[in-house]
Amino acid sequence: MRQLLTGAAFSGSSEGQSSDVHRKRAIFQFALFLGIFIRKEFLHVFRDRKTLLMLFGLPIAQIVLFGFALSNEIKDSRIAVVDYSKDAVTQRLITKIGSSPYFNIQRTLASADQIDAAFKKGDLKMAVTFPAGFGDALIHTGKATMQVIADASDPNQATTITNYLNQIVADFNSELAAGSGQPMTILPSMQMMYNPELRGAPNFVPGVMALVLMLVCTMMTSVAIVREKELGTMEILLVSPFKPVYIIIAKLAPNLLISVVNLFVILFLSSVFLGLPVKGSFLLLVFGSVLFIMTCLSIGLLLSINAQTQQAAMTGSLMGMMLPTMLLTGFLFPIENMPIALQVLSNLVPSRWYFIIVKQVMLKGLGIGAIWRELLILGGMCGLLFTISLRKFKIRLQ
Amino acid sequence: MKTLVFLLEKEFRQLLRSKQLIGILLIAPLIQLILLPMAADYSVKNISIAVVDNDHSTTSRKLIEKIVSSGYFRLKGYEDSYKAGLKMVEQDKADLALHIPVHFERDLVRENQKQVFVAINAIEGTKANLGGAYLGSIVTDFNQDIRLEWQVDNPAPTVSVASSNWYNPLLNFKLYMVPAILVTLVTGLVAMQSAFNIVQEKESGTIDQINVTPIKKYIFITGKMIPLMVLGIVLFTMGLLVGWLFYGVVPLGSWWVLYGSLVVYLFSMLGLGFMIATYCGTQQQAMSLSFFFINIFNMMSGVFTAVDSMPGWAQAIVTTFPPSHFIKIMRPVVLKGSGFNDILPEILWMLGLGLVLNAWAVLNYRKTS
Repeated sequence: MRQLLTGAAFSGSSEGQSSDVHRKRAIFQFALFLGIFIRKEFLHVFRDRKTLLMLFGLPIAQIVLFGFALSNEIKDSRIAVVDYSKDAVTQRLITKIGSSPYFNIQRTLASADQIDAAFKKGDLKMAVTFPAGFGDALIHTGKATMQVIADASDPNQATTITNYLNQIVADFNSELAAGSGQPMTILPSMQMMYNPELRGAPNFVPGVMALVLMLVCTMMTSVAIVREKELGTMEILLVSPFKPVYIIIAKLAPNLLISVVNLFVILFLSSVFLGLPVKGSFLLLVFGSVLFIMTCLSIGLLLSINAQTQQAAMTGSLMGMMLPTMLLTGFLFPIENMPIALQVLSNLVPSRWYFIIVKQVMLKGLGIGAIWRELLILGGMCGLLFTISLRKFKIRLQ
Repeated sequence: MKTLVFLLEKEFRQLLRSKQLIGILLIAPLIQLILLPMAADYSVKNISIAVVDNDHSTTSRKLIEKIVSSGYFRLKGYEDSYKAGLKMVEQDKADLALHIPVHFERDLVRENQKQVFVAINAIEGTKANLGGAYLGSIVTDFNQDIRLEWQVDNPAPTVSVASSNWYNPLLNFKLYMVPAILVTLVTGLVAMQSAFNIVQEKESGTIDQINVTPIKKYIFITGKMIPLMVLGIVLFTMGLLVGWLFYGVVPLGSWWVLYGSLVVYLFSMLGLGFMIATYCGTQQQAMSLSFFFINIFNMMSGVFTAVDSMPGWAQAIVTTFPPSHFIKIMRPVVLKGSGFNDILPEILWMLGLGLVLNAWAVLNYRKTS
């Protein structure tokens, strides 16, 4: 069988042009040959049940876990109160702070000296201190100052909860003023768009989609090729009369299929369980995703060409890709805050562009007009990477 | 004991033989440690704002000026209508749009109150939260200013807040990220290498040569563990050096506490790696499984989002992740100088998890196939 096919492919490339019948036969034989190669790759992938489980299990677990668990909302922050004054005013303020959803008064400390120790234990986020004579000062002089100490080892959280406390105190002040009436009040009316409940999911789902697809595609592809190098079976493929480009296409086919299936699973889960349906055109999203998947497959290809051992390929795709993808995609930290050099670097990360596409199409429901630039960039990256790896794909092993 | 010494000699030779791998294993994480804290900068100084001023009065201009000069907001442009402002938000050109309606100043004086409208893109929850809070407090401030300026009496008593930030008074977010990123890098290294190390021997068949010897299972695993632990400690130390050189992070706590908990942490993570290895026959499987865990650990252990914000069931799951405990140790010890007693519960958790994982690995490791 093998002999026959090889012979057929040879004749297909050299003598097939002589007549129309020959050409047709050559095309048929070529398709048959490619089909056999692709089938071989599919067998490789589907034989390994454990890897397959990971391939489909990982995205599902991540979407469910991250979708439900990750959140930026800060509430129920544990705080302590040091009240040296213990009068009606401080009592009222403490009740007001404690009844807000943002704070949870964990305990009352007898003295401010205990704050440091409590912070070091890590179970408090903030301490509020009322100096002695707080209520008296407020009533007699019209002014009183309370002290707020935040554990700023997490600066973000410290800023947010200090702000929340300020808002509560401002609210308290206007309650105090209710009798006398506050003149000239500007009332900001805030509207949270796209995600009124400030859930984490709308931001994380596109990010996780980008992350999972990128890592799965890159890693699977790089390992698939390097494994054959390591086992020595690559030589057998290379001595076949088949062009390297078709070997590569056959290698990429199963990963492309798996990634597309993954994509549909993720979209299904996020619309059913997380209430995040695709607002825009489904076809457009799929088109953008396939473009992104192809780009990632090309990266995997490039990695595999340079790596000699499976361990090196995996370490490269895992250590080299995971954290940069996580951080430079922009779903955890805003890219515009980064130093210029990193902003430039982030342009090279395909998931950054894909993240924008998903956000615009899936969450905001915008059309191609909003993402043509990102699509173009991804297309360019894909074409460039694929061409480079094709050029560098070595026909000889040494 | 003698067996262990021979095993260790073998493992160290194997590890040190491939200089290229050692290079990748140590240098790649360090480069990331240098670059990534810069990327993980969530300072909220760059909230971009689109302004729609339909009033064009002195007061509205002053309000806008105050917002822009606060340093938190970056003016992205003036729009003519609220609709155009919303479009800026929609296109991600602005994070929020502020609309000052017509007759803002007049109504403020005549009717004593007037609304301004703020539309915030809330897809990024933290940014939306902080942006809204900042804008709110600026407006409150501004209110005080104009009352003074218009000489309106404000007889009401007011409580003011004097806030201070301990341990990180400049609110430098990088200080917070450096210890956590170091943890994720150490995690990636040890969990993956321990799984690989054993599976490689399985794939090349050399593990059978060990299986036919009378070496006890736990001695074999100890022999695998010590070299990787040394590798982890070396990486950790180099990471601390990088943190000091590039970010000026010097651990305030005691070195004994830091390294003591590191060893316990490595023990638990290596146990996980070995446990994974006992279930895998090929390197690809080992990679897939360890990748599965590392990825979930990185995202859920509180490196990027606070564990406290998660729902109860998720927090319960996170408790079984060794990295979440080590992060809870690293940050306080490095930034606040917490002592041994403060972090004892976390160490006990890691120790418990490590014992379970290692016992699991030893029990599941079959010398006969």
